[in-house]
Amino acid sequence: MIKATAEELAALDFESVVAAHRAQIFRFLLASTRDVDLAETLTQDCFLKAHRNWSSFRGESSALTWLMRIAINLQKDNWRNRRLQFWRQTRTNSVDLDEASEWLPSGERTVEQRLLAKEKVAQVWRAVENLSERQRTVFLLRFVEELELKEIAETTGMGEGTVKAHLSRALARVRKQFGEMR
Amino acid sequence: MNRRDEEARSGESESLELEPELREALGNFKASVDAWSESMMSRPREVKTPARTNWGLVTKWVLGCFVFAGTVSGGVYENHRQQEAAKIEAARIAEQQRQLAAQRTRDEEDLMARVDSDIAREVPSALEPMASLMEDSANSGN
Repeated sequence: MIKATAEELAALDFESVVAAHRAQIFRFLLASTRDVDLAETLTQDCFLKAHRNWSSFRGESSALTWLMRIAINLQKDNWRNRRLQFWRQTRTNSVDLDEASEWLPSGERTVEQRLLAKEKVAQVWRAVENLSERQRTVFLLRFVEELELKEIAETTGMGEGTVKAHLSRALARVRKQFGEMR
Repeated sequence: MNRRDEEARSGESESLELEPELREALGNFKASVDAWSESMMSRPREVKTPARTNWGLVTKWVLGCFVFAGTVSGGVYENHRQQEAAKIEAARIAEQQRQLAAQRTRDEEDLMARVDSDIAREVPSALEPMASLMEDSANSGN
């Protein structure tokens, strides 16, 4: 993860920030939405918004934390808009859970191990799908983006205790899903 | 902080510790998201250029539509005009025929009147003195 101090950030131009964090923001949004097109659109919106407000960014937090916060808000807005538009026939491009778990690198595994690992990844996806919006965000920031609890608290604007509680509940859900699998 | 809070916190931190199976599954989950994301980031994208407006074609279509509309409306107008002219002509012929009929009727009436006046006198003028005598004798008889 790239962390930058306020002084370093001042020297960085926006282009280098985009180059450094674009993949990470896209990955988080892709995991949150499971929709490639939507994730791309939200990533673009995120950097557009960041660019517009770049002058007001004072470097109090890391650029990634700031960008992640924008991405989370955009995703929330998108979710809210979709919920409000329930009367419209909205088409979702979210990929199937099994399709999402197909992307497991083969590594040094036997076919059997690979199938088992894929099944477990599918179970994690199923558990993630059933999480609340906050739990999912916290879970993905911890286990996909590998942020520390403090960083997650800073990014989401929650207290560290609240982050822990959400994470604990999310993990309980994943454990339960694994229990159902056995 | 009371004892219950401490217990809750310790329970939470315990639940945040991952058992090996879960750790491995979450590691695989991250690896799959990474692979998927990288693959989607590096995929070739189709650049969809917005369709340009072919103004030449648009102009041709507009002109064609004007010509078509002009032809159709001209034909309709001409047809309407001919129908109106035919109606006026028919009315004129009908009026002419009505006048002719009226004239013929008048002529016949004049002729009949002339015939009547020629042949239907009440008392010929030569017999008028006899007629007055007949009237006198009828009076004296009374």
